[in-house]
Amino acid sequence: MKVINTLEEVIKKSGLKDGMTISFHHHLRNGDFVLNSVLNKVAEMGIKDLTIAPSSVFPVHIDIIDHIKNGVVKKIECNYMSGKVGEVISEGIMDQPVVFRSHGGRARAIASGELKIDVAFLAAPAADSEGNINGINGKAACGSLGYAFSDARYADKVIAITDNIEEYPLTPVSIDQTYVDYVLEVEEIGDPEGIVSGTTQITQDPVGLKIAEYTAEVIEESGLLKDGLNFQTGAGGTSLAVADKLKDKMIEKNITGNFAMGGITSYLVNMMEEGLFKSILDVQCFDLDAVRSIRENIEHQEISSSWYANTESKSCAVDMLDVVILGATEIDTDFNVNVLTNSNGVIMGGSGGHNDTAAGANLTIVVAPLFRTRLPIVVDKVLAKTTPGEHIDVLVTERGIAVNPANQELYKKLKKTNLPITTIEKLKEEAEKVAGKPQKVEFSDNIIALVEARDGEIIDKVRQPLLK
Amino acid sequence: MKLIKSSQAGSLESNDVLVLVKPENDNTGIKLEIDSIVINQFGDRIKEIVEQKLAAMKIENAYIKIKDKGALDCTIEARIEAAIKRAQ
Amino acid sequence: MEKLRQTMLFIPGNNPGMVQNGVVFDSDSVIFDLEDAVSLKEKDTARILLKHALVNIDYGSVEVVVRINALDSDLLNEDLEAIVKPQLDTILVPKINTADDIKQVDEILTKIEKENDIESPIKLIALVETALGVENAFSIAASSERMTAILFGGEDFTADIRTERTDRGEEIDYARSRIVVGCRAAGIDAIDTPYSDINNLDGLAKDAKRAKRLGFEGKSLISPKQINIVNKIFSPTEEEVNWAKRVVRAIERAEKEGKGVISLDGKMIDAPIVNRAKRIINIAAKKEGVL
Repeated sequence: MKVINTLEEVIKKSGLKDGMTISFHHHLRNGDFVLNSVLNKVAEMGIKDLTIAPSSVFPVHIDIIDHIKNGVVKKIECNYMSGKVGEVISEGIMDQPVVFRSHGGRARAIASGELKIDVAFLAAPAADSEGNINGINGKAACGSLGYAFSDARYADKVIAITDNIEEYPLTPVSIDQTYVDYVLEVEEIGDPEGIVSGTTQITQDPVGLKIAEYTAEVIEESGLLKDGLNFQTGAGGTSLAVADKLKDKMIEKNITGNFAMGGITSYLVNMMEEGLFKSILDVQCFDLDAVRSIRENIEHQEISSSWYANTESKSCAVDMLDVVILGATEIDTDFNVNVLTNSNGVIMGGSGGHNDTAAGANLTIVVAPLFRTRLPIVVDKVLAKTTPGEHIDVLVTERGIAVNPANQELYKKLKKTNLPITTIEKLKEEAEKVAGKPQKVEFSDNIIALVEARDGEIIDKVRQPLLK
Repeated sequence: MKLIKSSQAGSLESNDVLVLVKPENDNTGIKLEIDSIVINQFGDRIKEIVEQKLAAMKIENAYIKIKDKGALDCTIEARIEAAIKRAQ
Repeated sequence: MEKLRQTMLFIPGNNPGMVQNGVVFDSDSVIFDLEDAVSLKEKDTARILLKHALVNIDYGSVEVVVRINALDSDLLNEDLEAIVKPQLDTILVPKINTADDIKQVDEILTKIEKENDIESPIKLIALVETALGVENAFSIAASSERMTAILFGGEDFTADIRTERTDRGEEIDYARSRIVVGCRAAGIDAIDTPYSDINNLDGLAKDAKRAKRLGFEGKSLISPKQINIVNKIFSPTEEEVNWAKRVVRAIERAEKEGKGVISLDGKMIDAPIVNRAKRIINIAAKKEGVL
């Protein structure tokens, strides 16, 4: 009998003890109730010194802070961390640094045993009594459960936590019963408003729109804008504006793309439903329309993080990408990108799929304004290296476009156009000319985070910022 | 230059700075309070600009509060000048 | 023919974020506004902000224009004292009704330029937005060496003649044409009124096309969103450029062969056509950054 009545009971049954590793997926995003409930219960039960491995941490997970302070949480391994948790950890409250991996890197580490999960707590918008689960039914529907597959496959004990038990057998099934040990039914696994936004929005900021305009032209001039295009873009306002402008060009030139991938938003769904892409590969849904589409459209497929980006799987999807659009909080003159910390060195993000897609895509474009309220995006050296410069082909800002010198072919193509092609050094100079040269933030010796490359090598050690 | 009343200029909008000026007529010099979203990168520079501008406008005694939202040097200078003029 | 003024973007003068980004939008000109965009109690801070911005921010090849307050506002003198700087290209003066109005501003400007050792005289654009101003279009256009354009203010004009703005715009047809004619007769640019519905890009396109057909050099804009469309409409099309190149080549060929009459596609090419062709090539070259 897999269905267990209370959280306490299921934790006992799982055999969770001090010092073990527990994991969560982040598909309920900022509407998640599961991680906090589990930690609070675990604390109540007197269990401590745990390593937690949520695929991402959101502002809603603020309870983690107390559990760090009271010894329940000793170590964190994740792909992305936003909100107060990141801020407080950047003040040095943890003894062990947070390990940051990419989505593909986490899947690799779990499969290889480097990240050994004792108990996986998987929020399930729909489940049946035998533990079959999906993410598309139920009031807390989140769409794709891409990041949960590795946990389900490799964790010693897997607990599905649902607020929606359906009749056996659940239809359709994402993660099947052969991986699930127990099923716990609760009142609510999350707040739908925090799980997916109503719709994601294109930026209205003229600077963002200018960047998007240049980017669409870069894609066109690169020669990759043709039938069969495989494309990925982020969910931020500027990234979506790029998708919008790309759409106009595809319609104008009668181009049919092959697949769109990501982080899926209504924009990409629209493009597919209008025939501009043949299919979608979905590792995470960002809005209600994406959830609807994955439920209704057979060409909109759920993929696991391993399928998405695990370098040690037999092959992965990011290697099939033609073009990816990415953001950056900082980029240095070697094109290394920081998406982990802000300009003060405070943790507020993480690679997510950034270095996975950058490594896999034929053309990797970073879009960013030249400054964000006086802070230049282009710096001498990034405060945290999340994606190595060798994977970045071009930086597009509203004041100029810099091509990585390693990509001479692209540089030659773009230099022939009317686009404002310049060098990354000149962009840095211009930023400093307009905004002034920023003083460098000081750091202590205390290491607050380790950044792993896709293959598990440590590519950066992030120190604690000493802020005014 | 004599400051006769409290004043302010600028705003808390992004890229702007709010400058508050209060006259201090007790020869205690300049009291400066700076709050900025980019204090770690430009805190010293902001202080420098304020001090330079006050000296140029021959203000020796005042309480100046700066609430900066990432304003450029020229904007900071402009807002200080405006606030000082309004205080005269 | 001077710099292109196909797109002139209004930017609120007291908004540091937008003022410092003036060069990003890719309009031919930016008009920093001290008049309607700034409340009465902020006129002082706005002009001081622009004073500093003009000197410290690099606007590249974008024409820098400031719309000062009107002659009857008691603010004009202080505005000019603050903003007359070597980096300022042009001043837009609102509510210009007569040639005398311009002459008044010209005098004040001359005095301030001298006091500040400004060598290159700052140009003037008259904002004509009343019935009287429209009637006096030519004399305003010809009133001063500084005069470089008339900008038509359609909204205020319509109120002045006591009717309403419509989508079709027939209520401003006469005024638009009179201004174009006056400017052309005086040898300066005519710039059309802004289109106020920012979200209606189709309406904007129709309005801009009409302005181009009527002979305007360009259009003023109130949002960066409007720039691309208006730019495209006022720019010569590929066909027009190709045609113009053929005309010029035909002329060169005829001159080499000593022929007096030039024809292209069976039609005679006379002076107006030659001028139009040269003008198109000129504009196209400027757009390429060649000139």
